[in-house]
Amino acid sequence: MNKRPILIIPCSGIGKPFGTIGRDATFRVVDELRKGKAETNCLSLLVMGDEEATEQIQESDCIAVDGCPLECARKNIEIAGGRIAAHFRVMDLLRENRGLRPRQVTCLDEDGRELAEMLAERISLKVDELGGEGR
Amino acid sequence: MVSCSGECCSLGTLSRIATRRVLEDLKAGETVTICLPLFLAGDSGERMFAQQFPTVAVDGCHKLCATKAIEKYSGKTAAAVDVELILEEHGWDPPASRRLLTSEDMVKVAGVAGVIVGKVDEIKEAQDA
Repeated sequence: MNKRPILIIPCSGIGKPFGTIGRDATFRVVDELRKGKAETNCLSLLVMGDEEATEQIQESDCIAVDGCPLECARKNIEIAGGRIAAHFRVMDLLRENRGLRPRQVTCLDEDGRELAEMLAERISLKVDELGGEGR
Repeated sequence: MVSCSGECCSLGTLSRIATRRVLEDLKAGETVTICLPLFLAGDSGERMFAQQFPTVAVDGCHKLCATKAIEKYSGKTAAAVDVELILEEHGWDPPASRRLLTSEDMVKVAGVAGVIVGKVDEIKEAQDA
């Protein structure tokens, strides 16, 4: 059976650095580190019932990447009928790295970029574990 | 202001950064943003806020997710900005990267932010009239 690329959905929360970190990490994985083995799509399209997005989410293993404890990515994937194979929270990574204090939301500062890189590595390993394949 | 989350292409990134530019610099203190993912997940506070206050939807592309979501859950938007259309009108190509914008892309950000500011000013003028 052909396996689809792993679908990574970040929350892209716009109010705090954590949403930007999750988003940045996602793009690093799908556009660079695991290009062809992972993909992303707009959270909004999934929830608003876009036909192609719905088919994608229902046929893919999903990785939710949430910035904060409100877990909007996880919740919205579930609303859209997706199955969550893994869940990453930026806040958890922040707790493990208390010396890093990201402050910028619009464009990540050095601490934000460092966290995004770490997160991207972890997500990439999970993609490998889940066996995402290029289409 | 509600920006689309726009992960599927660079236009979403452009929308997001232009919205933040207005929020942080151009109309600091006069505008707020609400989180579209939180809004979609059913947060009643975000949905009520969009019902009670004039809302500008900033959409990266013709799919108009932010506009449709607001109209579905909160009511008509006070204004809508279609970033894809703005780029077409200026003859600008979308940014090549979803993650990193170049200095040329930041000119596009400024252009989009200018349109958003215009919409905000129109809303304020209508309120003051």
